Amino acid sequence: MATAHAPSADKYYVPHGSHWPIVGSVSLFLIMAGAIAYLNEWLAGWAFLPGALLLAFMFFGWFHDVIGESRSGVYNHQVDRSFRMGMMWFIFSEVMFFAAFFGALFYARSLAVPWIGGEGVKVFNKLLLWPDYDPSWPTNGPARIGGHEDGSFQIIPAFGLPALNTAILLTSGITITIAHHALQAGKRTQLKIFLAATFVLGFLFVGLQAEEYMHAYKELGLRLSTGIYGSTFFMLTGFHGLHVTIGAIMLVIIWLRVMKGHFTPKSHFAFEGVAWYWHFVDVVWLGLFIFVYWI
Amino acid sequence: MATHAQAAAHDDHDHKPHGWRRWVFSTNHKDIGTMYLVFACTMFFVGGTMALVIRAELFQPGLQFVDPQFFNSMTAMHALVMIFGAIMPAWVGLANWMIPMQIGAPDMALPRLNNLSFWILPFAFTLLLGTLFVPGGAPAGGWTMYPPLALQGGDSFPMMIFAIHLMGASSILGAINVVVTIMNMRAPGMNLLKMPLFVWTWLITAYLLVAVMPVLAGAVTMLLTDHFFGTSFFAASGGGDPVMFQHIFWFFGHPEVYIMILPAFGVVSEIIPTFSRKPLFGYESMVYATAAIGFLSFIVWAHHMFTVGMPLAGQLFFMLATMLISVPTGVKIFNWCATMTRGSLSFEPPMLFALAFLFLFTIGGFSGLMLAIVPADFQYQDSYFVVAHFHYVLVPGSLFAIIGAVYYWLPKWVGRMYDQTLAKWHFWLSAIFVNVLFFPQHFLGLAGMPRRIPDYATQFADWNMVSSIGAFGFGFSQLLLPYIVIKCVKAGSKAADRPWDGAHGLEWELPSPAPFHSWETPPSAAIIARGAEH
Repeated sequence: MATAHAPSADKYYVPHGSHWPIVGSVSLFLIMAGAIAYLNEWLAGWAFLPGALLLAFMFFGWFHDVIGESRSGVYNHQVDRSFRMGMMWFIFSEVMFFAAFFGALFYARSLAVPWIGGEGVKVFNKLLLWPDYDPSWPTNGPARIGGHEDGSFQIIPAFGLPALNTAILLTSGITITIAHHALQAGKRTQLKIFLAATFVLGFLFVGLQAEEYMHAYKELGLRLSTGIYGSTFFMLTGFHGLHVTIGAIMLVIIWLRVMKGHFTPKSHFAFEGVAWYWHFVDVVWLGLFIFVYWI
Repeated sequence: MATHAQAAAHDDHDHKPHGWRRWVFSTNHKDIGTMYLVFACTMFFVGGTMALVIRAELFQPGLQFVDPQFFNSMTAMHALVMIFGAIMPAWVGLANWMIPMQIGAPDMALPRLNNLSFWILPFAFTLLLGTLFVPGGAPAGGWTMYPPLALQGGDSFPMMIFAIHLMGASSILGAINVVVTIMNMRAPGMNLLKMPLFVWTWLITAYLLVAVMPVLAGAVTMLLTDHFFGTSFFAASGGGDPVMFQHIFWFFGHPEVYIMILPAFGVVSEIIPTFSRKPLFGYESMVYATAAIGFLSFIVWAHHMFTVGMPLAGQLFFMLATMLISVPTGVKIFNWCATMTRGSLSFEPPMLFALAFLFLFTIGGFSGLMLAIVPADFQYQDSYFVVAHFHYVLVPGSLFAIIGAVYYWLPKWVGRMYDQTLAKWHFWLSAIFVNVLFFPQHFLGLAGMPRRIPDYATQFADWNMVSSIGAFGFGFSQLLLPYIVIKCVKAGSKAADRPWDGAHGLEWELPSPAPFHSWETPPSAAIIARGAEH
């Protein structure tokens, strides 16, 4: 019977028992419980740190196991395909998460705001509720929520920092593709350089976004609380920035693995998974640049 | 049968872990499936108890047992617990048990992820049920969490939001696993149009889950930031719109109701041919009808909100799109009837539940068609007619299919036959009381009784009393289910590998009980061919 469970690549590898998932469940619970405790003012903001650290520990442990199994050769082609499909569907779920916020932006901009301004059959909004409201985008609503003291605010022009950030992310999309080709061709030095360039560009993007946020908060009166414009702007760019940060950390991890000599020209799913993820944040950014900043 | 012998040998010898580690560290699709089903059953009784609190209060007009705030908490929590804690985990449990066996796979594609998907749930429900004990009480604004009412929740508000985030994460990971398993783990020769319909319906369900659970996550995140961080998504003063929440929520919510019913279509499509001793009529049209329902589910969401003041064009579009759904659904009902036509029918417990499904789900479908008509819906909106409608599709719909599935596959799972006489008692009590419970609610709704109220005008007294009697009868009848299952596990008589003589499919080619690892070597083409006689 021992042979049935001995690692062999000719059948699908089914792991037998793992404590990492339960560590993951507990850590997610602790993060959520900590966030609840903070929001309900039961505890201070550090409350979700233990869970976050445990989650990081889980990622290291779980991926350590998987990388070990992968390098010992127990994964066959079919296992590899499961990982690939899993990653693709995960990215699809992320796309749908962003779709909710893009949907909110489109709905607010092309329906809710004009209706508040009295468009069509909603004419009584104009006549009775908010006669002075000018429903043009960008807006923080008839009550001029947030913004400067007089309720006004400015927005970030598309062709300044955002255009530069677009160039940075698009360039990083090219560098990671060069790195991928280098990996497939066995050119390890080129791989290391271009992969490093990719995450450097990623962190540069995040740094510039932080710079832009500070400018918006301090000088422009544009904050998360600045009506519907501030809400959609910061939630969309904020979640995107979070995903770029996560993606850049993933890039660092696979770069460290490259430095340790992992990945072969034929077998490098982790590299490709991260690359897909990176292209996904890239594409979301293009949507943001066009619909949030530009139009 | 080399495969049988081999599989049986595995069962005896393999290192099945013992004690708590077997469950907490499990990567086995059957053990995880069992945990899902036990969890779902537990939550079913928790949610059922909440329903009985509601029906006890409504037994007579006036306020008897609970204060209105707690009554409202019960309606919101009953829905959240039943949807996310009972029906959905029950389906995932059945998927875990059956999909690898039905497609000839050794396990789910991503076994560790499978463990994570399950074990998130108990923690999520710790948070959700914990809301009952915090200042301000449990969420009382309905499971739909409409702002601005939901934003006025107390300490329970972020608990509800994060509980939903956890449930969503669990569902997404579980659904990814199902899709990957079906797309990548089929035995050679099991091509897509040979898959059993339970697998097909789950494939489309899983796709819907991956597509819409993140949208729910987005919606509740906006609620959270509106409450705590000053955003204006759902506040008109800042340029937002509370109705926008309803649009985003129901873009999730309508596919969600098909997530709960599509696997039921799959189960019924397995049970009816077995006990009609005929192949399923119109297999391919069933597949296409399921896909069509899945597609349509994305473009009908606003029929939940006809009265919010949508443009006329929007009302027309959503009314007509909704009515279109009755076409593929009608195809399914027709096919099930045609399968039974001139079949050699017998009425074991799974078949009884499938037949009740056929009749009673159809009633729910018809009332749904009534609700789809915009001008009529203006009258029905938020009345007990709506309550009757969705309980008809969820209780004798989804729930009966789940119970039918348990009675269908239980002998395969435990290798023992259950007490069929008792299961028939369970069926008849359920089938009678469910109608006593929900049918009068149609009358109440048409007469104008609103939903989610703890007290009502005296003209509604009689039917409320009838409905409450039905509720207690139905609720206590369900205690038979765990009793029958436990009795079967402990003392059932030995079940054959194919306990139903008309059953086809790969799961029946395995011994009973099914070995710990299902198909370590893929089934041969001959076995697949025998299994695939739809």
